[in-house]
Amino acid sequence: MSNGSAAATTPGLDFEQPIVELEARRRALELTTQRSPAQDEELRQLKRQIAETTRQVYASLTPWQTVQVARHKDRPYTSDYLSLVFEEFVELHGDRRFGDDRAILTGWARLDSHKVLVVGHQKGRTYKERSNCFFGCAHPEGYRKAILKMKLAEKYGLPVICLIDTPGAYPGIGAEERGQSQAIAENMYEMSRLKTPIICIVIGEGGSGGALGIGVGDRVAVLEFSYYSVISPEGCAGILWKSHQYAERAATALKFTSADLLRLGVVDHVIPEPLGGAHRDHHQMALRVKQYLLRTLRELSAKSAEQLLDARYEKFRRMGVFLEDPAALEGQ
Amino acid sequence: MPTETASQRPKRGVPEGLWIRCPGCKGSIYRKEAEKLLNVCPQCEYHFYVSALDRVRQVLDDGTFEEIDAQLRPTDPLEFADQKPYRDRLIAEQQRTGLMDAALTGLGMIRARRVAFAVTDSAFIMGSMGSVVGERLARLVERATAENLPLIIISGSGGGARMHEGILSLMQMAKVSAALARYDRTGGLFISVLTNPTMGGVAASFASLGDLVFAEPKALIGFAGPRTIKATIRLELPKGFQTSEFLLEHGFVDRIVPRSRLKSEIARAIDYCGK
Ligand SMILES: [Zn+2]
Repeated sequence: MSNGSAAATTPGLDFEQPIVELEARRRALELTTQRSPAQDEELRQLKRQIAETTRQVYASLTPWQTVQVARHKDRPYTSDYLSLVFEEFVELHGDRRFGDDRAILTGWARLDSHKVLVVGHQKGRTYKERSNCFFGCAHPEGYRKAILKMKLAEKYGLPVICLIDTPGAYPGIGAEERGQSQAIAENMYEMSRLKTPIICIVIGEGGSGGALGIGVGDRVAVLEFSYYSVISPEGCAGILWKSHQYAERAATALKFTSADLLRLGVVDHVIPEPLGGAHRDHHQMALRVKQYLLRTLRELSAKSAEQLLDARYEKFRRMGVFLEDPAALEGQ
Repeated sequence: MPTETASQRPKRGVPEGLWIRCPGCKGSIYRKEAEKLLNVCPQCEYHFYVSALDRVRQVLDDGTFEEIDAQLRPTDPLEFADQKPYRDRLIAEQQRTGLMDAALTGLGMIRARRVAFAVTDSAFIMGSMGSVVGERLARLVERATAENLPLIIISGSGGGARMHEGILSLMQMAKVSAALARYDRTGGLFISVLTNPTMGGVAASFASLGDLVFAEPKALIGFAGPRTIKATIRLELPKGFQTSEFLLEHGFVDRIVPRSRLKSEIARAIDYCGK
């Protein structure tokens, strides 16, 4: 699904209806073989109108609508970036312990002159792909594969690029038997001290611990319409409102859009999406991701391992918001 | 990383009254007798809830606990409100439990061995980890690193990462894990004790990172909540799923330690590791 016209074949999201209607009219006109001068003019106006409407709709997405965009089935996935951003991808399989989780892809890749290791969640596009990788929900073996390959990258001095796109780590019997908690915990622990640059980008859904399990790095960026949350809006609604129907309210309450994440100091950078979202233009999105990666790699490769680790530690160490009560301090 | 157990009212441990009902054996237990046994059922050894302060009394030598970072107070960075504003919820929880947040941290002695010590209290918003819990733990780990002290963290957290502080709670997992990785580099000894319940983002961070992992008997320990798993896989869960014994069987716990022996087992582990 690596093309620039995904929207042309896909029914839009609810709030995209005005755009979809205009686009249908545009297509009809474009297919008209012998257009009158009046129709040519209409087409020109229509194109302007589509751009303007798209801009308006996307300028004021609610958090819940943002979630829909982040989950859009035509949104570029890790596999799309692998073919559009990198010159080559050499997949490396397996965790050497249990299996080869298809929900996390790992392997070498070339990014211009850089040799890197890419780790990314994969959601799959066809039903078969999706069920093979549990819709991007990794098992412990996925996290263990990821950290194993990251250590390989560390050993041979390759920077690591993590592409995050998961609803969450898989909740199942086997996942618990094989230590889902321990796998995620160990990844954060080891990534915090991995002696090679790590760049993380939330390309779609940043689902909780399942995202953070490959999310500790020197830089964490997020695409404009991605989200990154402690829990899915549906899960939060189920617990705090006792009903999934409150997902929209939970989405607003959780403050997880790219602007919130930047304000809260959780991400370093927001990568803008093409007009109307990444699903409308994979090439443009991939280009922006590539530019961000190249710029950031240049910046990070100038630093020593020690500098990287100190700064990485401080980056996460500073996260959190709390008060210090001076009266209580005196009492100690 | 919060889990659905976050929605259940916290068990207030041994309820008020002369006689109490044991959830383990369904028997009626004489309250005083259970208390004498550190809140363990005399008939079936069910381990009742223990508050953070009681845990300090049970595990540390009398009068040796010095709390640190008591001045840290939770706030409401997201201006979060579900059916109740988080601000109000915090005040209510503080009044009900007498704690400022879900973790107590400090220094103390275990059978005359000086340690850095933390405990999370599952009665405070289900023991969930927000910014204050994360900050207190990170500071404690740094203190243990600087002073070369063994580190003991007793977890009781059904709530995992606290939803009301959103993504900031999730990031506490990375923050505390990173602090533990540095502590590890200096040769520190971390003993993680899992108690009922330890779930979600707490299980998936510091609680699983001990050099040694102990668990109280029959505690609920896991990543995803049992209801979430059931709804996902649409199958009945096996008996004993996500208990301490289940974790031991699958290789994720070193020892199951009954409450009555917790203090002596910790002291012995410190000795074995030459700390
Ligand atoms: Zn009993």
